[in-house]
Amino acid sequence: MKSKSIKHKRIIIIYAGLLIGLVYAGFPFLWMFFSSLKTNTEIFLLPPKLLPEIFTLKAYQAVFSSPMKVRFFLNSYLVATVVTLLTLLVAILAGYSFSRYSFKFKKPLTLFIISTQTVPLITLLIPYFGLVVAFKMYDTYFALIFTYMVFTLPYAILMMTGYFNTLPKELDEAVMVDGGSTFYTLWRVLVPLSVPGIIATGVYTFLLAWNEFLFALTLTKSTEMRTVPIGIHLLMGQHAYKWNEMMAMSLLGSLPILIMFLIAQRYFLAGMTAGSVKT
Amino acid sequence: MQLISYKTQRTLTPYLYLVPAIALLAMLTLVPIVAVIRYSLLDNVIMNKTPVFVGLQNYKTLLTDEIFIISLIHTLYFTIMSVIFHLLLGMLFALMLNSRVVKPSVKGILRVFYIMPWAFTPVIIAIIWRLLLAPSGVINYLLQALKIIDSNIAWFSSFSLSLHTLTFVNIWAGYPFYMVSLLAGLQGIPKTLYEAAAIDGANEVQLFLNITIPQLLPIIVSILMLDFIWTMQVFSLIWMTTGGGPGHATEMVSTYTYKLAFSSYKFSMASTSAIIILLLSMSVAFFYIRHQKARE
Repeated sequence: MKSKSIKHKRIIIIYAGLLIGLVYAGFPFLWMFFSSLKTNTEIFLLPPKLLPEIFTLKAYQAVFSSPMKVRFFLNSYLVATVVTLLTLLVAILAGYSFSRYSFKFKKPLTLFIISTQTVPLITLLIPYFGLVVAFKMYDTYFALIFTYMVFTLPYAILMMTGYFNTLPKELDEAVMVDGGSTFYTLWRVLVPLSVPGIIATGVYTFLLAWNEFLFALTLTKSTEMRTVPIGIHLLMGQHAYKWNEMMAMSLLGSLPILIMFLIAQRYFLAGMTAGSVKT
Repeated sequence: MQLISYKTQRTLTPYLYLVPAIALLAMLTLVPIVAVIRYSLLDNVIMNKTPVFVGLQNYKTLLTDEIFIISLIHTLYFTIMSVIFHLLLGMLFALMLNSRVVKPSVKGILRVFYIMPWAFTPVIIAIIWRLLLAPSGVINYLLQALKIIDSNIAWFSSFSLSLHTLTFVNIWAGYPFYMVSLLAGLQGIPKTLYEAAAIDGANEVQLFLNITIPQLLPIIVSILMLDFIWTMQVFSLIWMTTGGGPGHATEMVSTYTYKLAFSSYKFSMASTSAIIILLLSMSVAFFYIRHQKARE
C-alpha cells in the first residue's frame, strides 16, 4: 500500500516536470505563432493574450507581396539546396573511402577531418573576406556556396562514414567478385541501401546552410543576394518593429527545417549521434 | 603486368575517392589559416596596400586592450554557464523522457516539442526572445502579475542584466543537443546492469551515480567539449539581440573581432583576435580529439 502511494507520487512528479518542460520549450513558439496572426497594435496590448482577438493573415500577405522578402527565401532555398547536393556528393565519396579501405594515411586524414570541425568560423571569416574580394566573388552565390562547405563537409563525411560502417562489407565484396567496379558498387549497391543515412546527412547539411548568418552577413552586400537570416536582420533595423511581420517571416523561415525535421526525425537523430558524438 | 596495375590501382583507389573532400577542406581551412596568421603579423592589411611586418606588436596591443580582456571574460562566463546548464537541463529532459512510467506515445510527442529550440535559426530565436523579453512584453507582464518584480525590466539593454539574459536565452537554445545525445546513450545502457544492482539493494540515487553516470561519461565528455568549442564562437544570437551592448556589457570575442574588422576596418587586429579564438578552441579541440581516439 505504502509503496503504491510512493509510486503515484513519482508519476505525478515526473508528469509535472514534463509539463513544465513543455511550457519552457514550447511557449516561445506558441507566442511567435499567434503573434504572427495578430495585428501589430494587438501585440503589445495589455493584458497580453496568447490568442489573437482578430485573426488576420495580413502579416503573411505583407511578406508574400514584397518581392524583396520573397527573394530572401528564394536565395536561401537556392544556396542551401546546392550546398546540400554538393556536400552529399563529396561526403559519399569520402565516406566510402574511409569506410571500405584501409590505407597508409587513413588516420591522419580522419584526424584532419575531425579537426576541421573545431576551427572557429570567425577565424576563417577575415581571410575568406580578403580572398573572396580578391577573386571577385564578393556578393555572389558562389562565395556562399563555396564557403559553406567548410562547416557542412566535416559532419557530412563523418556521418556518411558512420552509416557505411553499419553495412556489411561482404555485400560489396560479393558485387566486386562478380566483376563490378568500385564505382559501380558504391552507386548501385551502397548508395541505394544508405538512403536513411543520406537523408539524415542531407537534412543536417540543409539545416546548417539554411541557418548560417556570419558568412552571409559579410560576404554579400546587395539586397538581392541576402538570405532569410540576413533579411530578418535587415528588416529588424528598417521596419521599426512590425512585430507581426517579423514573426510571420520567422515562421516561414523555420518552416522548411521544421517539416524536414518532423519527416526525417528518426533518421536524423540516429545519424546525428553517429556522426558527431561517436565520430 | 595486369597484377601490378591492379595492385597500384587498389592502393590508389581510396585516395582518389578522397581527393574532392581533402582538396576542398584544405583550401577552405589550411589556406585561410595561413593567411590569417600572416595578417596578424602585419600592420593594417587589406586597408593598407603595402602592409609592413610588425612581428608580435598586434598581440601586445590586443592583450593590453581592456575591451578585449573584458570580452574574453564575458565569453568565458557565457560559455561555462551555458555548458553547465545545457548538461543539467539536457540530462533532466533525457531522464524524464527515458522514464518507464511515461507512455511511449506521450514520450514521442513530447520529444518533438523538447527538440524544437534546436530546429530554429539563432536569428529567429533572437527575435522571439526580444519580443518575449521586451520592456512591455509578456514576460515582464507575467512577472509583475506574480509580484516577482515591481516594474518593467529592459532585459537586453540593462548594463547589469544583459549578459545573464543572453546566457539564459543561449541555454534555452542549446539543451536539445544534450538531450538527444544523452537519450541515445541512456537507451544503450544494458538493463541487466540495473537489475543486478537492484537485487543488491541499491536505491535510485545509487543507481544513477554508480551506473548511469559512468556509462554516459564518454558521451558527456564529448558533448561538453564540442559544446564548449561551439559556444565560444556564438555570434548571431548576440549580434541580433544586444550587438555586444549596452556599451560593451555583452561584448564577446566573436563580436569584438567582427567589429574590429568590419566596423573599425582594423583587419590585422581582427586577425590577431581571430587567432586567439583559434588557439582557445584548439586547446579544447586537442582534448576532444584525444578523447575521440581513445573511444575508438
